[in-house]
Amino acid sequence: MSDMSQTVEKPRSFQEIILRLQAYWAGKGCAVLQPYDMEVGAGTFHPATTLRSLGSTPWAAAYVQPSRRPTDGRYGENPNRLQHYYQYQVLIKPSPPDLQDLYLGSLKAIGIDTDLHDIRFVEDDWESPTLGAWGLGWEVWCDGMEVSQFTYFQQVGGHDCHPVSGELTYGLERLAMYVLGIDHVMDMPFNDPQAPIALKYGDVFQQTEEEYSRHNFDVANTEKLLSDFENAEKECHAILDQEHIDPKTGKRIIMAHPAYDQCIKASHIFNLLDARGVISVTERQAYIGRVRTLAKACADAFVLTTAGGYTPEAAE
Amino acid sequence: MSDLLIELFSEEIPARMQKRASEDLKKMMTDGLVEAGLTYASAGAFATPRRLALSVEGLLDASPTTVEERKGPRVDAPEKAIEGFLRGAGVTKDDLEIRDEKKGQVYFAKITKPGRPAAEIVAEVLEATVRNFPWPKSMRWGAGSLKWVRPLHAITCILTKEDGAEVVPLEIDGITAGNTVWGHRFMSQGSFKVTGFEDYASKLKKNFVILDPEERAEHIWHDATNQAFAQGLEVVEDKGLLSEVAGLVEWPVVLMGNIDDAFLGLPPEVLQTSMKEHQKFFSVRNPKTGRIEKFVTVANRETADNGATILAGNQKVLAARLSDAKFFWENDVRMVERDGMEVLSAPLAHVTFHNKLGSQAARIGRIAKLAGEIAPILGADVEEAVLAAKVAKADLSSEMVYEFPELQGIMGRYYAKKAGLSDAVADACRDHYSPLGPSDDVPTEPVSVAVALADKLDTLSGFWAIDEKPTGSKDPFALRRAALGVIRLLITNDVRLNLDRFIDAQLLRQKIAVADENDGVIDTLKEIIDEIAEHGVFGAAFEAIADRLSDDEKDAVKHAAGDVPDTSDDLLSFFHDRLKVFLRDEGIRHDVIDACLAMAGSDDITLLVKRARALQAMLDTEDGTNLIQGFKRANNILTQAEEKDGVEYSFGPDLKFAETDEEKALFAALDGAEAKIKPAMAEEDFTAAMEAMAEMRPAVDAFFEAVQVNAENDIVRRNRLNLLGRIRDICLSVADLTKVES
Repeated sequence: MSDMSQTVEKPRSFQEIILRLQAYWAGKGCAVLQPYDMEVGAGTFHPATTLRSLGSTPWAAAYVQPSRRPTDGRYGENPNRLQHYYQYQVLIKPSPPDLQDLYLGSLKAIGIDTDLHDIRFVEDDWESPTLGAWGLGWEVWCDGMEVSQFTYFQQVGGHDCHPVSGELTYGLERLAMYVLGIDHVMDMPFNDPQAPIALKYGDVFQQTEEEYSRHNFDVANTEKLLSDFENAEKECHAILDQEHIDPKTGKRIIMAHPAYDQCIKASHIFNLLDARGVISVTERQAYIGRVRTLAKACADAFVLTTAGGYTPEAAE
Repeated sequence: MSDLLIELFSEEIPARMQKRASEDLKKMMTDGLVEAGLTYASAGAFATPRRLALSVEGLLDASPTTVEERKGPRVDAPEKAIEGFLRGAGVTKDDLEIRDEKKGQVYFAKITKPGRPAAEIVAEVLEATVRNFPWPKSMRWGAGSLKWVRPLHAITCILTKEDGAEVVPLEIDGITAGNTVWGHRFMSQGSFKVTGFEDYASKLKKNFVILDPEERAEHIWHDATNQAFAQGLEVVEDKGLLSEVAGLVEWPVVLMGNIDDAFLGLPPEVLQTSMKEHQKFFSVRNPKTGRIEKFVTVANRETADNGATILAGNQKVLAARLSDAKFFWENDVRMVERDGMEVLSAPLAHVTFHNKLGSQAARIGRIAKLAGEIAPILGADVEEAVLAAKVAKADLSSEMVYEFPELQGIMGRYYAKKAGLSDAVADACRDHYSPLGPSDDVPTEPVSVAVALADKLDTLSGFWAIDEKPTGSKDPFALRRAALGVIRLLITNDVRLNLDRFIDAQLLRQKIAVADENDGVIDTLKEIIDEIAEHGVFGAAFEAIADRLSDDEKDAVKHAAGDVPDTSDDLLSFFHDRLKVFLRDEGIRHDVIDACLAMAGSDDITLLVKRARALQAMLDTEDGTNLIQGFKRANNILTQAEEKDGVEYSFGPDLKFAETDEEKALFAALDGAEAKIKPAMAEEDFTAAMEAMAEMRPAVDAFFEAVQVNAENDIVRRNRLNLLGRIRDICLSVADLTKVES
């Protein structure tokens, strides 16, 4: 196999791939944010994507987001499935005209030689019923494997996106396994394999996958979860029902983010209930609808804030 | 004359939309050009993943100047009217011509519309086309407001004449038309300028883009079959996949790869589905064994290592996919081999079929009962039919079908065999969903037919019972398809079966499913179902047991199932409507079917069709058409006379009152026809009956020609009317000809 055309050295570990993505997108002008400090199902839930894709204020952010999908738990046995995994997320508003080229540049940065591989943009329209959001784009294939989602947001939280954000989502484990040539996720080097204490992905996560799989499928207290869901829902509405003018400071403070935290919470609780198998098919739709109602209410609130593009002049 | 080249260069267009989009581009552009007066010689449109292209040849350089003559007011009309006319026509008074008309002198204006240059028209039409393009789904991007299927990056628009090419001046939302074209995303060395279509297509090819999707598809198929043939194998044909794959690449490179031995034991349908759905691979089959042994993938580029890296990657992805499939398959097989199909069917008790109709398991129970009742009619073994119905949907709870829903039925057959069930039962698992589409094969094995009929009749009666019928274009449960399936199953297999009875029984089973257990009505309803087998329909069955019921019980039954006869009639007429649609393609008119529906046994679809076909065949003959005229004439005269006289002329006419030869001949013809028709009808030989009926035509025609029905002599008149009554009776014994339109 010819490595002559390689311009970038191959990364050697999972974390090196993350570090290179961080450096690449920082170099392209993105604010490199940190993960959101709550349990979310995907990087899109981070307010840096959901809320910041709304309104007219320009935005460019990149971050790693640990994500949880309780139903995907396999006790660490499945080579490709995890209940806790990482997504790398980039959101740029307005979407730049060269976003595809920027994206391909990021693949080169992590050691994918586009002269040797077959990179394809295959239709895949994105829709999140819980976020009331949809967009058009592709799944990106590298040699037949899906390595990213590429979406132009058209609507979020029921609001049309003006301007449109371009969103890139990399499934980090799968992408890294491909780049590193690893067949089972738990065998993947997490840090430098030459390091004095070399850790594999399994050293970090095998045990937690087992613990959370058991917990999510069999132990999580469904009665508590059901009431937590109700409480989060109530709290979200209660926060949004507050006066826009803070009586203490006299400032106009709309609490879109704290309310959205409750929406995130409700969404994760729903995922846990789903994994516990206590939600019937009909109820499922109803729960998704309730989370969507929260997401929409938060979006409605966010567009009334400064970050959401609100100006006192425009309001007059 | 000029040639026009347009390219709309964008980010990747979904494969499934490309063909339609290139056709729309061609139609919208050429329609717009022609409407503006620019005719052309020929046009062709093309699509690749990143571009739509249009070539128009022999386009006029300018639209022709047109002169329109407009008639104005009279010369002596008020000044204001004349001024208004001048304004409207855009001319001055000096330009007007005065002509003598009947009403006096009238102004005429000649309005000359000068021709416009092609470039101006092309720019307008192209802008309108881009702005109004009918993409199935379109989007905005960046800060703009233009909509396209994916971000639109560049527009090439040039008019080429013998003396050179010019770019058509045009700008749409910041995109300025030019003559610069980009080649393959990875293999091309950048952009290049083009001067016309031939130059464009050949430079694209040098830059690794095959413009014509047909050419790409041919290239793929040619290379794939060649590579397979070289190894003694064959590619499994899949036209849909071929056109999809041709829409995913600009520079197709065919690579054939291996399927790991570990997966070759999987059923071929599993390999094929997994490879096609997830990876868009073609399956490569060993013609000797029928096994899928290799795959073909189509890359979008050449590489220095001749695709080795790409193929290795694809093989790896496939192996991961197939490991999943193998895991599911082995789990499912292990379970059914150990515990039988029951292990798969039991969980269906917890799967909702429809929230008003209960679980899948409950539904399967109803289907099994009905299949058992239908089986003897088909000559199927009752026990086998019931068993087959019970296991036919078991695979819905298998892991494999959860992953690949399109394998339902197919997996059922494999699992049934692994569970040690008979071929007839296993085949019914696979075939009971059929026929799905109008071109789908119809099952013919009796057990499969029994389950297929029971499945569809249960679905129909269920949704009728809860009043979820198709309306307009909405048919979410595919009930029209189910009804057509029943019709085709019955006709193809020549099944004689009275639908009424089975619909009634199945409606009652649906009623039991939704009934409140506390009402105590369920046992009675079950009794009625048993009685229906004896008495044919709900009403009669209910009467048969009514004596045994208390008034309260009767009320409960009426409350729970009183609407069964109406619902049943409604469902039957739905079948009849579907039958009309189905037979229309055969050239059988709806009024012909109506004529047959009026006869007894219209819930026996096979009998109904037989009658309708015979009647249509008769109507297609000259004798037949004329006989209908004769029948109608007889019927009209009779109706009038019967109305006037207040009697029905159905009393046998007597030959001795016949006065003319024609009258006597008609007696003979009717006797002859009746002698043939009666036994033919008894044997359901409708063709013979209809032929015998058509044979009466000369005698009937001659009778009307020569004989005055309303004779002076009342005895003769009544005898003649009764003679007409015989014509009517004979004809109506075959079909209700009053329904046939002239």
